[in-house]
Amino acid sequence: MTIAFAQRERLGEAQGPIPGTTLFDGDAAAKGYALNAMCYSFNDKANREAFRADEDGYCARFHLTPTQREAVRSRNVLAMIAAGGNIYYLAKLAGIFGLSVQDVGAQQTGMSLDAFKQMLLDSGKD
Amino acid sequence: MARIIGGYFTSHVPSIGGAIVRGDQQTPYWKPFFDGYPPVREWLAEEKPDVAVCFYNDHGLNFFLDKMPTFAVGAAEVYHNEDEGWGLPVFKSFEGHPALSWHIIEQLVNDEFDITTCQSMLVDHALSIPFELVYPDAPAWPVKLVPIAINTVQFPLPSARRCLALGQAVHRGLESWQGDERIVVIGTGGLSHQLDGERAGFINPDYDRFCMDSLANDPEALVADTTKEIVRKSGSQGVEILNWIAARGALGEGGFREKTRNYHVPISNTAAATMVLEPA
Repeated sequence: MTIAFAQRERLGEAQGPIPGTTLFDGDAAAKGYALNAMCYSFNDKANREAFRADEDGYCARFHLTPTQREAVRSRNVLAMIAAGGNIYYLAKLAGIFGLSVQDVGAQQTGMSLDAFKQMLLDSGKD
Repeated sequence: MARIIGGYFTSHVPSIGGAIVRGDQQTPYWKPFFDGYPPVREWLAEEKPDVAVCFYNDHGLNFFLDKMPTFAVGAAEVYHNEDEGWGLPVFKSFEGHPALSWHIIEQLVNDEFDITTCQSMLVDHALSIPFELVYPDAPAWPVKLVPIAINTVQFPLPSARRCLALGQAVHRGLESWQGDERIVVIGTGGLSHQLDGERAGFINPDYDRFCMDSLANDPEALVADTTKEIVRKSGSQGVEILNWIAARGALGEGGFREKTRNYHVPISNTAAATMVLEPA
């Protein structure tokens, strides 16, 4: 079964972009460096508190681009990704906003939280 | 002479740590996932490994994007966890096994893997959660750790074939190690999931089953795809299967059989899987 499946998968291998997916590559890493560096700083509780106390000042300290600043201001995860954010780092920022990965998923897919969770549950049904 | 008892493979979703802290293991949402672990615990209690060689990926605790090694091998006396940004309770530290780490490093570089070596290294939930799941009541981890981090975060990622080869080189190192330790090989992460983008929530049980079915005796089937195609089939973070592939390589050639397998969708945004392979 496994070899046949593998061959079928290979023969059917689609090329080109993956829908709804941004590969975090060198371009994205370069573009998003300031934003991801800020998010990395949130491993430290004192930094999370400093961000909460003065969001503008904290973002300025990390030299976010205007586009990154606006994405953070609007809590818009897709805009953060478009600005070079990496989801593992953005997850630390989302935590400050009280957003779980399901909240983040719902926001990006334009679904309600319940609908997003239901979609995940349905993925497991045969 | 050292003996490899087998391989333990598991997902490492951060929210598992939250469920453990809250004591949610028997709730309807979590039970089908946690039910996968008693057989692993029994196996470990029987086999009593004293060293774990663990392939995982760091999520922005030890490595930031300023320096991102493709492959990094820990050679520290001790490995600590720290706050990963959510203020969750910090996981227990691990005792290292620097002599074995350096032996593996010698083997890898001799085999032309130009790795990064780390004498100081924080380890995140990707390492701690697999141990929390199988040693739930241990006051301290009963195994010494050799951690091997693979970049699954920033493209270009190492190819699946290269990760398998890395694991095979680690296996050669374990084979020539003169100690008498009992070694468990661990691969963490996956299976299919995607946290980012309009495709967030993507899960692919068919591909996950293909991976689980191939792992024991047909790992070559797992390395045919490019990492980009793995992302297409498995999701942006499903590419953590690279850690499983490297761990499978470290088990060595020869037949393996599945001691146990559990697969449950979803845990958080992830298709969660647990497997143990032992020599056939």
